[in-house]
Amino acid sequence: MPKDEQASQPTHKRGLSRRGLLGATAGVMAAGGAFALGKSDVLSAQPSASAVLGGGYEFYGPHQAGITTPAQDRLHFAAFDVTTTEKSELIALLKDWTEAAARMTRGEPAGGNDSQSYDAPPSDTGEAMGLPTSGLTITFGFGPSLFGEGGKDRFGLADRRPAALTRLPHFPADNLDERRSDGDLCIQACAEDPQVAVHAIRNLSRIAFGRAALRWSQLGFGRTSSTSTAQTTPRNLLGFKDGTNNLKREEPEAIDEHVWVPQGRDPHEDWLVGGSYLVARRINMHIETWDRAPLREQEMIIGRTKDSGAPLSGGEEFTEANFALKGRGDEPIIDSQSHVALAHHGHNKGRKLLRRGYNFVDGADDLGRLNGGLFFLAFVTDPRTHYIPLQNTMSKVDLLMEYLEHTGSGLWAVPPGIGQGEYVGQALLG
Amino acid sequence: MRLSSRPLAAAVLLSALALSACTDNAPSSTGDTNTADPRSLTVTAGDSECAVSAASVPAGTLTFQVTNNGSKVTEFYLLGEDGLRILGEVENIGPGLTRDLVLNAAEGAYFTACKPGMVGEGIRNDFTITPSDDQPEVNADDKELLDQANDQYSLYVKDQTEQLLTKTEKFAKLYKAGDDDAAREMYPRARVHWERIETIAESFGDLDPRMDAREADLEEGQKWTGWHKMEKDLWPARAKGYKALTDAERTKIADLLVADTKTLYERTRGMEFSADEIANGSKGLLDEVATGKVTGEEEYWSRTDLWDFQANVDGAKVGFEGLRPVLNKRDPELETKIDTRFTELQALLDQQRQGKDGFKGYDELTQNEVKKLSDAVNALSEPLSKLTAAVV
Repeated sequence: MPKDEQASQPTHKRGLSRRGLLGATAGVMAAGGAFALGKSDVLSAQPSASAVLGGGYEFYGPHQAGITTPAQDRLHFAAFDVTTTEKSELIALLKDWTEAAARMTRGEPAGGNDSQSYDAPPSDTGEAMGLPTSGLTITFGFGPSLFGEGGKDRFGLADRRPAALTRLPHFPADNLDERRSDGDLCIQACAEDPQVAVHAIRNLSRIAFGRAALRWSQLGFGRTSSTSTAQTTPRNLLGFKDGTNNLKREEPEAIDEHVWVPQGRDPHEDWLVGGSYLVARRINMHIETWDRAPLREQEMIIGRTKDSGAPLSGGEEFTEANFALKGRGDEPIIDSQSHVALAHHGHNKGRKLLRRGYNFVDGADDLGRLNGGLFFLAFVTDPRTHYIPLQNTMSKVDLLMEYLEHTGSGLWAVPPGIGQGEYVGQALLG
Repeated sequence: MRLSSRPLAAAVLLSALALSACTDNAPSSTGDTNTADPRSLTVTAGDSECAVSAASVPAGTLTFQVTNNGSKVTEFYLLGEDGLRILGEVENIGPGLTRDLVLNAAEGAYFTACKPGMVGEGIRNDFTITPSDDQPEVNADDKELLDQANDQYSLYVKDQTEQLLTKTEKFAKLYKAGDDDAAREMYPRARVHWERIETIAESFGDLDPRMDAREADLEEGQKWTGWHKMEKDLWPARAKGYKALTDAERTKIADLLVADTKTLYERTRGMEFSADEIANGSKGLLDEVATGKVTGEEEYWSRTDLWDFQANVDGAKVGFEGLRPVLNKRDPELETKIDTRFTELQALLDQQRQGKDGFKGYDELTQNEVKKLSDAVNALSEPLSKLTAAVV
């Protein structure tokens, strides 16, 4: 069994944690803790049983968990408006969130194990009691509006705003709902059990009342990308394998290059070194019309076969696509406007992104059509080079756009990880 | 209103809170007792035994983890040397359950008592608390402060029911006389007195459905009477194909409302309130705002929801103000937080004022304004939900 160095260390505590309930036999516990190991994110080959059931993923470390962590199956994502005008209150909120998040990822109640008064509401809402940690990760991000809005420097952070951190531009065919877009702060909670992810967001929202208010939230089921070679490639709601060429945690150099913010690129990014940028796009799919498209058209639009996910130029799923290969009529076998052609790093100056999206279905619309699609999440070193040009091209020429509608959008700076005793964003606000 | 209103448990509650010791009645989530801590005790409460794990402990915060392994519902008490004074209690421990009693007690001689079946003197044992550095402060004047809170709140309830009765009578008269404009003027002005004490008013399960039911609250075939039926009759604009009430029908439901208001008035004359009732009442009023007013559901026909909103907040504030002196001693940080959040909410409400004593109609609010009000209600309700535990 591979040594899972992200599994948290056993901690001494009074009381009963969810992990504790499963017994102390939670498998391989790392001796050192990820943070002590230095620069790069620690890689484990697969989400080990100990991480998912017992130990969970370590909250503290050089990078926040939930980025290169093997993508869990379930998501609850939330964006918040900061309602307080006091910087000290914002800091207090981040401290409280840090504490609660660290506890919950260890499988402990959000409010800790202290005894509770019968006359007070419980400090944890309770629905995760008795459940394993389920590989819960909680990842925090800061939106552009936190650094000033409408010429108002809300928290004295205006001169700390990285040049890359601005509201994403309007892309062709965008039909954004402002109630599903943006936010001063965001939290991505991922777990193998939806109840555990929902529990995390619910408790963090509750802790925020009076300081930050929930702006919108999105549930996701079924990861649409693998972030580890140990994971099989999942399928999106189009029925195709998605994220075959995604960055994987087993490629630390590529991750360093394409995901993390490097030292010395932008003086305003000093607090973000080792962090990343999180792009979120709520992409509705016209599922009913897609399902009426002939298989030939579906495969032509995607550029891969539906069953195995092999590129149309041949081979198997992980065979490199050959965009030069021509078929009948001297036309490229893989259409140059197909999804795989446009998204391929070879056509994007070698730039790659770490995708971590989820399928969603938010019920049906008034006409009885599924309100579903892809909640696209990607972590990139710089959205100006790694996302915006790509999305512009796709929105303009991707054949798939006929079946897609972007309904929500957001960009957040994801600060680096922290050590014990620190709080998320301390490098920015401390 | 809610049809499933909870009756006040005033008579059932013992007045332990009025005593000097600061009682924090708490369950532990630990599941096991740290035997190294001498202040952590277990109590085995059977049908004929009350075994406490130690008979003598140092002063400080004590935790009694009481397990009922008998067959009857039991209670556990820590009593003073006189065997009468209750320092702390935990009630309603069902067979097989474990409940914690956490309290702060000073050195002295005491009794522990289990009361299987909740009757009689109980099974008593001597209990000694020895001096230590962690002696609790004895707050002799807390009782006085809590008495004052009760006095203030009782007076408030009396005053509001008086005004409610007077204005309801006026409203009924105008309504019966067909003076609809004047009746519409009086409607929200009378209702604020109901809304200020809504948690008390709706605790009378016979009156509340007759007086404050909304049409959607009714079950099939149930007769609709009360405020909201008259509201619809006065503001039928949103009703499809509405048939106005006849004079005779108007007289009948107006007279019933006045009669019910008189009954409410009489029943609330001598009411007394414990600290937890006042505190939970304040929280309950904010819950009413969150579920009925900020959503614009309460006054569906008249759109006067913000009047009720303000009145619920008024009532909650009065409860809080009464308990403030005690809260200030127990948890000044919570006191400041609740006070600040009341001020912030009030500032938002004040932006919606219209006329000399009223508010804009709910329909005139933008979605953004509603969201801001809702955020402010959440911001206040969260710390307010901690008030009870801090003052009992």
